Amino acid sequence: MSILITSDTTVIIQGITGREAVTMTREGLDYGTHIIGGVTPGRGGREVHGVPVYDTVEEIAKKTRVDASVISVPPAFTRDAVFEAIEAGVKLMVVVTENIPRFEVAQMVELADQRGARIIGPNCLGVLSPDEAKVGGLGGRAEDAKKAFTKGPIGVMSRSGGMTTEICNTLTAAGLGQSTAVSIGGDAIIGQSYAELMPLFEADPETKAIAIYSEPGGRMEADLARWVKDHNSRLPVVAFMAGRFMDEMPGMRFGHAGTIVEGKADTTAEKIERLREAGIAVAERIEDIPVLVKEKL
Amino acid sequence: MRFYEYESKQLLARHGIVLPQGSKVAHTPAEARAIAQEIAGPTVLKSQVLSGGRMKAGGVLFADTAEEAEAACAKILELEINGHKPRGVLVEGRQPIAQEYYLGVTWDGIAKQPIMIFSDMGGIDIEEVAETHPEHIGRKHFSTLIPFSDHKAKELVASVGITGSDLNRITRFVAPLARIFAKYGLTLAEINPLVRLENGLFVAVDAHVDMEAEAAGEHKELLAELGIGEDETRQARPPTPFEIEGKRINEVDHRGVAGNVTEFKGSLGLIIGAGGGSLTLFDAVKKHGGDPANYCEIGGNPSVSKVCNLTKLILSKPGVEKVAVMMNVVSNTRVDLVARGVIKGVIESGMDPAEKIAIFRIPGSWEGDGFTILKKYGVEFCDRSVSMYEAAGRAVAKMRSV
Repeated sequence: MSILITSDTTVIIQGITGREAVTMTREGLDYGTHIIGGVTPGRGGREVHGVPVYDTVEEIAKKTRVDASVISVPPAFTRDAVFEAIEAGVKLMVVVTENIPRFEVAQMVELADQRGARIIGPNCLGVLSPDEAKVGGLGGRAEDAKKAFTKGPIGVMSRSGGMTTEICNTLTAAGLGQSTAVSIGGDAIIGQSYAELMPLFEADPETKAIAIYSEPGGRMEADLARWVKDHNSRLPVVAFMAGRFMDEMPGMRFGHAGTIVEGKADTTAEKIERLREAGIAVAERIEDIPVLVKEKL
Repeated sequence: MRFYEYESKQLLARHGIVLPQGSKVAHTPAEARAIAQEIAGPTVLKSQVLSGGRMKAGGVLFADTAEEAEAACAKILELEINGHKPRGVLVEGRQPIAQEYYLGVTWDGIAKQPIMIFSDMGGIDIEEVAETHPEHIGRKHFSTLIPFSDHKAKELVASVGITGSDLNRITRFVAPLARIFAKYGLTLAEINPLVRLENGLFVAVDAHVDMEAEAAGEHKELLAELGIGEDETRQARPPTPFEIEGKRINEVDHRGVAGNVTEFKGSLGLIIGAGGGSLTLFDAVKKHGGDPANYCEIGGNPSVSKVCNLTKLILSKPGVEKVAVMMNVVSNTRVDLVARGVIKGVIESGMDPAEKIAIFRIPGSWEGDGFTILKKYGVEFCDRSVSMYEAAGRAVAKMRSV
């Protein structure tokens, strides 16, 4: 099985006529994703790779069920696009846009929480459940995505979109397929953290282990460690922590927006300690992830 | 983007937060003397640096007369604190203190809401207070959707056991601070200490504000008014000319990212990326004992010319012997375009790609075309069957044989 999306999930793309969204539409359709429409205000009535374009989310939602929306619009319009989807009753928003101010992200998340909806991202590549659907740009072209992602028992969560593909590719090469891979986003505040997605994987009988990719900044790993301990999780977790060199350079910003180290609990050394305390194995290299996963299965 | 104390205070004062008497910046001892004369009483002079530990380093001095203030200013202006020269000296009136409080607003990334923190034990490290005297700390989250209301501030202050006129007086600091935090895209707004003077009035004795880089574009007007230049990154150190040039290369061409450069002293140039991939690869190079000359991200399908210009920049740096071009399995970056770009850059620098490119490891879209080009120029490359760690190891090994 998968979490968040299946082959039945109906998907729309907000900002569908943009350059990247057009590519994403092609890739999604080729992968078999059920993309039922797109939205670009003022471009209603057109088509993108045969997918009808509407002016508002409401127009589509009135006609048919919309399970998920990919938001691929410029940062200045992202908050409004997410609000629009939530107000139209969409329950899963995948926000790929980068560089959204933290306050606006918090507003989106607060409204989503109030309406029982979920946001993945922002600054993420999306969600992919092998042989089911690909929502967002994760994995790129369908033929490339099929090389890196294969169906199987590992749930993957990653703060880096690119590293989601790298890790799934490494798992695939070792004969370990994935149930669902989620690029959760690299910002300081994101819609769904590791700990918030854990119950979904926990409830999925086909998921047997979890692999996560992490970075300095934030307290999401401590939160995951707490969740694993408090819920006595059945799922073994293997983590990889990038950016160890940053411990020597506090105050500098590398990689994602979330990697500014603001306190001791944000350093990689501190995070690794917390993860290990909770029984989470920490891989030294990406290629060690499948080895550690197999040991724990 | 961290604000100097005087910038933080100017921002707070605009929103009605009461500062100590005077509170002006001097850039010369004579200016300090004039400010002290205006205050006409005891003063405190504080070094304006973006670094902690000012008091310990001798960057905070007290004066009773204008002459003493002048002399103190002269001393502070000469003093370097943790490698930083002061931008000026803040001169403020000094009055007897009855009690110190802590007040801060920051983000709680787990709750995904701003959190206000207040303590009646201020002036010291708040994390220490949280550990040793948790009952002296009040915390309160607030909504980002509902406009901030004063009652939230009152609930926070009251939660530490404060009542009477102090409750209302402190509220006049907490509520504006929460509103400023929300309005300007701040990641931290802190008054420590907030002080009750012996006459019962409250003043913000020290303040610290951090603005999120993503929000800076929206608040250009405020930044200009506070005298903060557009090129100021306010990172742990100012950008080098090499880093500024990298940024320029990125900005003149909107296609993809290439040029988020941080300079180091080593001899292996890195074109790596992006985001998580670059962190992973930098770690891998270091773990193999490599000596990076830079950290440079590429991503989002940059154009040939962008990669070419960046390669030229990296090779132009004295001491750089080779470049390693490495990424995770890519989805939207075209491998062939990156290959063309680096090869063009090496050739235009008058060098041999086969010799200068230590390794090329970018698997993914259009890799077949990319590999054909690399082969033609005799560049060592690998596909996804070679891990990022192993590729970094090959690059470092080649450097050893130089």
